[in-house]
Order: sequence, then structure tokens, then C-alpha cells
Amino acid sequence: MRYTISGKTGQWEVVVGLEVHCQVITKSKLFSAASATFGAEQNSSVSTIDAGYPGMLPVINKFAVEQTVRTGLAINATINKYSAFDRKNYFYADLPAGYQISQFFKPIVTDGYLDIVRDNGEIKRVGIERIHMEQDAGKSIHDLIPAKSCIDLNRAGVTLMELVTRPELESPEDAGKFVRKLRSIVRYLGTCDGNMDEGSMRCDVNVSVNRPGQKFGTRVEVKNVNSIRFVIQAVEIEAKRQIEAYENGEPVIQETRLFDDEKLETRAMRTKEFAIDYRYFPDPDLVHLVLDDDMIKRVKDNMPELPDAKKERFIKQYGLPAYDADILVSEKEIASYFETAAKNNDAKKVSNWIIGDLFALLNAQGKDITESPITAENLGKLVGLITDNTISGKIAKEVFSIMAETGKAPELIVEEKGLKQVTDTAAIEAEIDKVIIANQDKVAEYKAGKDKLLGWFVGQVMAATKGKANPAMLNEMLKKKLS
Amino acid sequence: MTDLVDLTIAQALDGLKKGEFSAVELTKAHIQEMEKAKHLNAYITETPELALEMAAKSDLQIKKGEMRPLEGIPIGMKDLYCTKGVMTTAASHILEGFIPFYESTVSQKLWDAGAVLMGKTNLDEFAMGSGTITGYYGATQNPWKRTNDNSVLVPGGSSGGSAAAVSAGLCMAATGTDTGGSIRQPASFCGVTGIKPTYGRCSRYGIIAFASSLDQAGPLARNVQDTALMLKIMAGFDDKDSTSAQIPVPDYLKSLDGDLKGKIVGIPKEYRPNGINPDVIKMWDAGIKWLKDAGAEVIEISLPNTEYALTVYHVIASSECSSNLARYDGVRFGIRAEGDTLDEMYANTRMQGFGKEVRRRILVGTYILGSSRYEDYFLKAQKVRRLIVDEFNEAFKKVDFLLTPAAPSTAVREDEMRSQDPITVFLNDAFVCPASLAGLPAMVVPAAISSDGLPLGLQIIGKPFGEEMIFKTASIIEKAAKFNLKPHRVEA
Repeated sequence: MRYTISGKTGQWEVVVGLEVHCQVITKSKLFSAASATFGAEQNSSVSTIDAGYPGMLPVINKFAVEQTVRTGLAINATINKYSAFDRKNYFYADLPAGYQISQFFKPIVTDGYLDIVRDNGEIKRVGIERIHMEQDAGKSIHDLIPAKSCIDLNRAGVTLMELVTRPELESPEDAGKFVRKLRSIVRYLGTCDGNMDEGSMRCDVNVSVNRPGQKFGTRVEVKNVNSIRFVIQAVEIEAKRQIEAYENGEPVIQETRLFDDEKLETRAMRTKEFAIDYRYFPDPDLVHLVLDDDMIKRVKDNMPELPDAKKERFIKQYGLPAYDADILVSEKEIASYFETAAKNNDAKKVSNWIIGDLFALLNAQGKDITESPITAENLGKLVGLITDNTISGKIAKEVFSIMAETGKAPELIVEEKGLKQVTDTAAIEAEIDKVIIANQDKVAEYKAGKDKLLGWFVGQVMAATKGKANPAMLNEMLKKKLS
Repeated sequence: MTDLVDLTIAQALDGLKKGEFSAVELTKAHIQEMEKAKHLNAYITETPELALEMAAKSDLQIKKGEMRPLEGIPIGMKDLYCTKGVMTTAASHILEGFIPFYESTVSQKLWDAGAVLMGKTNLDEFAMGSGTITGYYGATQNPWKRTNDNSVLVPGGSSGGSAAAVSAGLCMAATGTDTGGSIRQPASFCGVTGIKPTYGRCSRYGIIAFASSLDQAGPLARNVQDTALMLKIMAGFDDKDSTSAQIPVPDYLKSLDGDLKGKIVGIPKEYRPNGINPDVIKMWDAGIKWLKDAGAEVIEISLPNTEYALTVYHVIASSECSSNLARYDGVRFGIRAEGDTLDEMYANTRMQGFGKEVRRRILVGTYILGSSRYEDYFLKAQKVRRLIVDEFNEAFKKVDFLLTPAAPSTAVREDEMRSQDPITVFLNDAFVCPASLAGLPAMVVPAAISSDGLPLGLQIIGKPFGEEMIFKTASIIEKAAKFNLKPHRVEA
């Protein structure tokens, strides 16, 4: 069943296309030797080329090209051996040359796709029209000095890949999942850090709505959508706005709107009539970008294992359910954490601990897995201690929280706190006997048929052993003694 | 002492080497000449102190016996080349006060070869013009005058300051840039030699862009040998210019001798339009005879698309310049005229900063590149440009080079050019423009004096990277023409 939104007058389908700008990881900028690293002092990584000085000429950064090819291969796309750069002309104070060098007519990557997995397990293939390379603009800062604007050109000229999907996403969730998948892939590849809050990955969302079986409605572009949650919200909010408009007999016009993540609304920025004519034309300062087969082959031969392939392998190699595998491969770092922890271990148990307790812990602390207070090795050891009956699952939770606080190895904690499980039958038997002798009335009740009391006896013995009795053995022995 | 300002570069190098005079003396002689010729307005910025400093260094080099190929040679630098520490204006108000902290590749090569900077020569604003009359710093005058006529003539453009300075002895050679004839047409108007090499032969890095797909650096000098010497230094691959050619630079001086046996010269019949000055035709016919005398076979060829060249040129050059000049926005360098909003600041700055001709071309280019007109104008022009290239390629299957006049007339009166509409002014470039569109090397050599006493030049158009053939032919024409007249010098 296709996702629909209920309006006052019936059901509506949503159609979404995405434009995702990814800042490419490179040492230097797309057309200059200035550093492309994030966070340098204002206007400190700017060359005369980036600042648009007279007589300056762009020279292509070959590594940036490779990074784009790498990304293109990962989205199953055609790598165009012959592409070209064009100028996108517009005036803005943080665009020093008065034009942005981009690839309008002949992009380097075309016709790719990515598969996303919907919550119901359905696989949706999303077509990708193109990835083109372009320069980023600088940054205007309007609130630093009253009545003046400041410009930081550190970002000017940094390489961006702009990926454009076909209008094939059918729900807010589709859009969110696509961005999540793409982010995961570029992180696997090391072509973009995917940090949306730092702006190294930015989304424009194109939304239209239509009645089932009817033609697409008018497309509206929503800009400035800078987290996956906002992508989902922006689609939802904009689709609802359009539905309301149609249902109230108001027109939906083709325009660019801004997403306001505080008021949770979209606002008109400019309509088509006021759209900028970018006067695209081939950049005469650059020759055609011709890729040689050797470079493409080298990039292809050195591709890392990508999420889809890794998921298949996790299912096969570790016997994990698809659901677990999906979550574990979503980020390269999680997958590698899992693989370290699962070494010579019960993989499903490790997966449960990661997806359950560890994620809850990280969530609570607002950390990502690379900052986890519990190392993968230690989590693996903890699961090992459960598997070999050194500690019970219950004690393990206790050990886990101590690990989270101290970062200590689990075996040390077990040792220090004397949490080792009692598996000595004589010791357990002795405690059982003490409890039976002291509670003859309860024994009688149990024997009269009050089975539920078994749990009470377990509790008593556990309390006496400070929880260290092996629960399975204790159960078994108690049943025998009481029968 | 013979007048040092009358020497050729080759003679000067010889004299310096033999110690007949010092580089400082040579430079001083040119500074004196510059003092006397202020009225020509050939330079926007004169750099006499810097020149003497550089000359003194050259004298040290000579003393050490480490003489470089252009040691101590006073040259003019078109004020479109960025020169570190020396104001660079492109003859535009918008760049007033702009002092680059970097050096263009070509000028750097010249300094590395020992050349001495006399100053930054005048040009049409951003090289847009054919008379060196559109610049913010005023027009340059042609040192030549018509016989018995004191009217001021234009030196041609846009490298008119360079051509006038070379012609008047204010430097021994100068750099120019040629986008649609801006080296060759002024060379013809001022009776000097100038070459626009193949597109990509010289680096464009650090040269203020007018129309990037056409702009090419080249030298102007007083004879063929000096021009070859200059180009040899200026040319070469530069990894800072993606369009520069990775082809070794031959020793052009070695190609100056010999004959044209076995060579075929093409005479394009389209270069004989109605209303052409009969003196020009006479010179062309003489040129043909000289080449025949040197052993060449001469055939007539047809380049029917020549008539579209000027139109195509203006569509492409205007489009590219409208984008190239967007960076002059008052934000980072040059002048700024305040405004209440960013857009107002842009408008005020660009209105005050750019002259009329530049504004006109920016407007035309902006219009042409609009998405609804792109196909009808820009793309069509690109296609016709391709046809012009193909037509030249076809011709070069039959001939080794082409011989044409450089311009349909002699130097025009300044007041006359000012009153002409832009289209008429463009016609001055009708013969030089096609080679620019095709990126071909082309050279102008003075070959005759018109009946009213003005120089006329012949143009040799060569195959891509065929500069050697061009220099050889130019050398033959130079010897045969015995062109040795100089403009009347102003006496102090």
C-alpha cells in the first residue's frame, strides 16, 4: 500500500525528490591549493583564486574528481569519462567571482540508484539522476557587527558534490531513509563526513502532492533542511500545506520555500517569476574533464565494502536476522564495533547488547559509538562471561553499568566485586537447605500446590548468595528438594 | 653615442655585453624619451625608479658574466598584466589603487630573463576597444601623423599604449594581449611588429581576463627578431593555466632565415571587401610578390565564413566578459561606492567604476546568456565559431600559411573613432578577428607606408603552433619591405 495523507476531501499521495549537497573530503579546494579543512580561523584558508582576484585561474583538484567517481560507483551510476564545468552566474557578497563553477550541461556522474528498506521490509529503489561537482560559496555573517555584514571565505571554493534524485520518494520516511542511506555510504567511502549539523551535508527537498492515479502536482522546493529529522518533518509539513491549499481551492505555485525548524513551517522565499536566471555557460577557463580508465579502475578496485554487501555478509557469516544486520551496518563505525565485539562470541547476543543496552547508554549520554565509554573488546568480553556462565544475565547488566561508568574491563569488575556466579552445587545446596529449614510453613504451602512460591524460594536463595547463584542450577535443585 | 632608443633588442644586448653602455644608461635613455612623450599617454603608470633599480641589477649580472636573454632590456607591460607591487588597473576606474601581491606568469618570465619594467602601458578599458580611447586614464595618441595633417590618430587597440610606446622609443618591446586583434591591429597602426601566438602558447595566469576563450598574450617590438626573442621568453606551459599548451617552445630565432621553397601561401579572397583602402591592396600585392620571389607558390583560397567572424566574436567575447567582470563588485578590491543595500552598492560601484563601452558589453553579454536566448545567440555563435575553425583547418590542408592585410585602413583619427558607432569601430578588426576565433597564431609586420604617410602592416596567419613558419615569412617580408621609417619624434 502506498503511503497517503488524509485530507478533508480524501487521500493524497506525496512525491519527493531530493537535492543533497555533500562537502567532499579533500585536503585542498576544488580549484585552488588552499586548505579545505573545517573550523580554521576566519579567512585564513583563502587563496587569490578563491577570492576571485583579477587574473586568477582555476585548476582542477584531481583528488576531488576521484572522490566524486568513488561516490558515483557506490550509487551504481554511470561515470562519464567526458564531462565539463559551467559557470552559474549570480551576484552575492560571499561569491567572490560572481559565478560558481559547477557542472550544469555535462555532469560527471549520471543514472544511478540506491535501495532503501521501508519499515515493512519492502525494498524501494530510488533513481539518482546525477551527481555533479561544484564549488561552495563563502559564508555571510550578518549578526557579528551591527549594520555590517562580514564575509568568511574559508568555505569559498570547497568541493561539493550535488546529488539529485528522481522524484521517486513516496513518503516522509522514504526521504529520511534515503538521506540516512546516502550519508552512511559517503561515510563508508570517506568522501563526505555527512555531518549535517556542521553543514557538510545539506538538503533541498522538492515536494508535490497529487490524488492517487492523477498527475504530479506543482513542485515546491524547500531549502535549508539540515538534519534527517528535518527532512522528514519538512516533507510532512509541506505536503500538508499543499493539501490544505488544494482543498481550500487555493493554488500551489512553483516556488522556493524556506524550512523553519523552530516554528515547524515552510515560508515562501521566491517565486518562479523572481527566479534568478543563472546564465549558465561553459567555463572558458577550464578544459573538458576527461577521466582515464586507469583512474576509474583504481578507484573501483579500492572500494570499501558498502552497507548492502556488509548486511548480506552479516546475515550469512553471523547468522543475524536482517533487522539486526540493517541496524548494525547503518554506520561504518557501528559495524566495525560489532565485528570486534563479536569475535569468537555469540554474535546474536552481541548484537542484542549493542542495539539494546549500548545504544540506550549512548543515547542517554548523547555520544556516538566512536565515543562509547565501553570498548568493543570489553563488550565482547562481557558477552563471553555470560556465555561461559561466569556471570548471569542479570549480573551482566550490573557489570555493564559499572563498565559504562569506569570504562574498566568486565572480568576485573567481576573479580573486584566478587560477582562470579556460584556454580558449586554443594554451596547452593547448603543455602537451599537453610531456607527450607527456616520456612517450613512455606514448604508445606508449596507442596499443597502453591507452585508460585518457587519464585519466592529462588529469591530467598539469591538474596542469601547476593545474586550470584547460577539461576538455572538453583531452579533445578530447588524443584528437586521441594518435591 | 648613437641614440640608445633607436637600437633593436639584439643590438642593445650586444652593446651591453661589450660594455659599450650600461643597462642603467639604456634605461635612462628610455626614461628621458618617456619624459618627452608624455602627451602620447602611452603609459598609465611609469616606473622609472623601479626601472633604474632593475637596470642596476642587470649591470651586476652583466659584470658577473651571467647575462640573461633579455638582460637590461627596457620593456613596457600592458596594464592588464598583474605586476606584484605595481598598480594594475586594466585602464579601469574600478581597479583604481589595486596593487597585486602576485605576478602574472608571463611578466615573471620576462623579469627572470632580465627585462626591465618601464611602466604599465595604456589600453582600452579591460582591453575592450580598437583605439585605446575607452580607458579611464585617457586615450593614447599614435606617434605617427598623416603627412601635413596634425590631427591626432589612434594607435589602435586595445594594446595601443604598448604599440605607441614601442613605436616612439619609450621602450624596446612591450607585452600585449590579443582577444580579437588587440596586438596586431595596433601594430599595423603604429608601424611595429606584433604576434598573437596560438591560443594556449602563453599562460593567461595573472592577466586580467576579458574573454577567456580568446585572450592570448604576445609581444610587440620593432622588428621580427626582437619579437621572436620576446615570444621565446613569454611562451611555455604553465600548470596554473588549465588552457595552456604542454608543447615545448622552439627557438624562434633559428627560424628567421631561409626561403619559402615548396611552401604554399593562401590568399583568402574574402579579405578584399568593398571600400578597402587602395594602398592596402597595393601593399598586399607587393607582399604576394615578395613571397613568390622567396620561392613560395601562391594560391587564392576562400574562407566564406569570414563575414560572420566579427558577429560571432562579439557574441562570445561579450558573453564571457559579462561573467569575467562580475568579480569587480566593490567587495574585496578596487573602488567601492556605498549604497543602502548590497544590490545598490553593486550598482553604484559598477556604474561609477566601469566606462560606457565596458558597461555596454556587459549588458550585451548578460542579455545573450539569458536562458531564453542562450541557444539562439551563444550556442549558435559557438557553432559558427566551430565552422570558422573547420574552414581554416580545411585551408591548411592546401596551404602552409595565409597572407592578408592587418587592417582595412591606416590609423583612424581619434575624433572620428569617437563619433563612430560601435559596429563601424569593430570593422577595424575584420581581418584580425578570425584568427582569434580559431586560436591560430598570427603576426603583423609593417610592410608599407600609405600615400598619406602612415604605416601599413601585413598579417601572416599560421597553423596551430606554427609560429616558426610565421617568423620565417615575417622575416622575408621585413627584408623585402625595407620598412625603416620612424614616427616623427618630439624634440625636447
